[in-house]
Amino acid sequence: MNNLKFFDSTLRDGSHAVSHQITADQIREYCEKIDGSGIYTVIVGHGNGLGASSHQVGFAVIKDAEMLAVARKALKKTRLGVFLIPGFATIKDDLQPAIDIGVDVFCVGSHCTEADTTQQYIQYLHDNNKEVYGILMMYHMTTKERLVEEAVKMQSYGARGIIIMDSAGSSTPSLVTETISHLVKHLDIPVGFHAHNNFGMAVANSLIALQNGATIIDGTIRGFGASSGNCQLEALGTLLKKMNIESGLDLYKMMDVSEQVVAKIMKKPQEIDMIGLMGGLTGVFSLYALPIKRAAEKYNVDVRDIYTELGKRNIVGGQEDMVIEVALQLSKTKNN
Amino acid sequence: MNKIKVAIIGTGNIGSDLLLKVQKSKYLTCGLFTGRSADSQGLKRAKEMGVPTSTNSIQAIIDNPESCEIVFDATSAKNHLEHAPILKKLGKFVIDLTPSRIGQMCVPAINPDIAFAVDNVNMVTCGGQACIPLAKVIMDTHPDTEYIEVAGSIASKSAGAGTRANIEEYMQTTKNALEEFSGVKKAKVILVFNPAEPPVNMHNTIYATIPNLNIDLLKEKIESKIEEIKKYIPGYKLTLGPVLDKGRVVMMVQVIGSGDFLPPYAGNLDIITCAAVHVAEEYAYYKLIK
Repeated sequence: MNNLKFFDSTLRDGSHAVSHQITADQIREYCEKIDGSGIYTVIVGHGNGLGASSHQVGFAVIKDAEMLAVARKALKKTRLGVFLIPGFATIKDDLQPAIDIGVDVFCVGSHCTEADTTQQYIQYLHDNNKEVYGILMMYHMTTKERLVEEAVKMQSYGARGIIIMDSAGSSTPSLVTETISHLVKHLDIPVGFHAHNNFGMAVANSLIALQNGATIIDGTIRGFGASSGNCQLEALGTLLKKMNIESGLDLYKMMDVSEQVVAKIMKKPQEIDMIGLMGGLTGVFSLYALPIKRAAEKYNVDVRDIYTELGKRNIVGGQEDMVIEVALQLSKTKNN
Repeated sequence: MNKIKVAIIGTGNIGSDLLLKVQKSKYLTCGLFTGRSADSQGLKRAKEMGVPTSTNSIQAIIDNPESCEIVFDATSAKNHLEHAPILKKLGKFVIDLTPSRIGQMCVPAINPDIAFAVDNVNMVTCGGQACIPLAKVIMDTHPDTEYIEVAGSIASKSAGAGTRANIEEYMQTTKNALEEFSGVKKAKVILVFNPAEPPVNMHNTIYATIPNLNIDLLKEKIESKIEEIKKYIPGYKLTLGPVLDKGRVVMMVQVIGSGDFLPPYAGNLDIITCAAVHVAEEYAYYKLIK
């Protein structure tokens, strides 16, 4: 497996796990120590990307520009990356300032069926000769054929690769196999995979993606991330070494960062709890964990029953009101 | 009673919805429904309704200036750049539904009289129409408020190719209009495309960090503003708040479409066609009684 690229979302996805409270000092220390580890790009920012710091999804403790400036100074060899979702970020207020700070790699994301919302942003970056990737989130909610259609759109806007995000950690090994091999077959640009660990399968699913032709793996050090966490990059790297597959990663360096830096940032060890399991099982977006917990308490119903019902309704991001509706309904059924 | 004639440029979803609303109006009638594409479904439907149609777009108005006094432009920002000077020369009153921002921005609940002062008004955006009047109430009652955030969620199915290809313009126009109309120092806009099936209704959440909050006063003023808006956007509804939650004020509004041409979940489109027709009616009423 040649030319593998590892995208490091530790500071970005991990941001969710600590309610976006990662400090400038933590970013500096992380970037200084991970620099030159063979990782392709370190993605820095709020969990929902550029411009997302808000009442709606939570305020970060520092501004995007400060995070990026600190990381830019600390990264000498490894590329600085950002993630953004159109609808949160704008070109004028967020993207152009990030370009001005000197970000090298841009990941522009949308829900798996909404790739055309990324057109202006990918094209803008492409026209400015920036390295840009298209990200399709919540991929388990659509078909592999539709994913190809959406990925082809992003490719036509100028994306240099497509990363499939298992945002709800709902992947089975066979779904990863089918999806990745289908995309690799039908796209001219590299395909990547971003796993979540709800079934304890993030490293395994990432390996499966590689074996089916993916050449980009997006993960995090120590698995630090939203919900049950992500593909633990140093674990995957060590596994690849054991399998005699050249990854280009400096494993000692990554292990040191894991022990010395990330363990300190984490508020608790990354674990798979009931919420994570139910999220994976039902395919409900991981960011609903908190509203579901609250609703379960308020209406005295089982968290798991709420997940099951929301899964049946194919809930997607931005439907917090449905959580309340379902909880209320379950409590009425229970009391009758 | 006489009616004032309008022309509608653009025969897509927005144009077709405008047409149905105009034909229901006491003061307006459609003198011309004009677009570019001969096989447009909207054009076909208009013809069946007995409305004069054309495929010559704006040229049809140049050729027959008597066809209208008011012009709705439901094409694109780029086209409106070309249309605006032509219509000005012809002396038409223009209601622009594109995000071109050539004309004065108009939110009927705030500056309805702008129609009598200028010859080209711009209807901002759907999120702007939904949230700006409430942001203005916040600023009128609590002028020390420094930050207002609006998060809109619209059904994917209601967002056509035009919206998707112009998100940047949508975000910037909404943000600027929020700041200009309300006077808040900093506004933030979030837009979520919700692909859920069945499609969800348009809803908007407004957050504000308000020092020295008088929640009773705010509630009273918001509720009376909602009633005012309902007069021209029947499906506009306050679904939550205003309430104080974790140190910030939160309120939610939902817009269910009138279901004229567009389905009820497309409240985001209905709100802007409702507002545009309302402005045209005010203008027509003034002309007719004069």
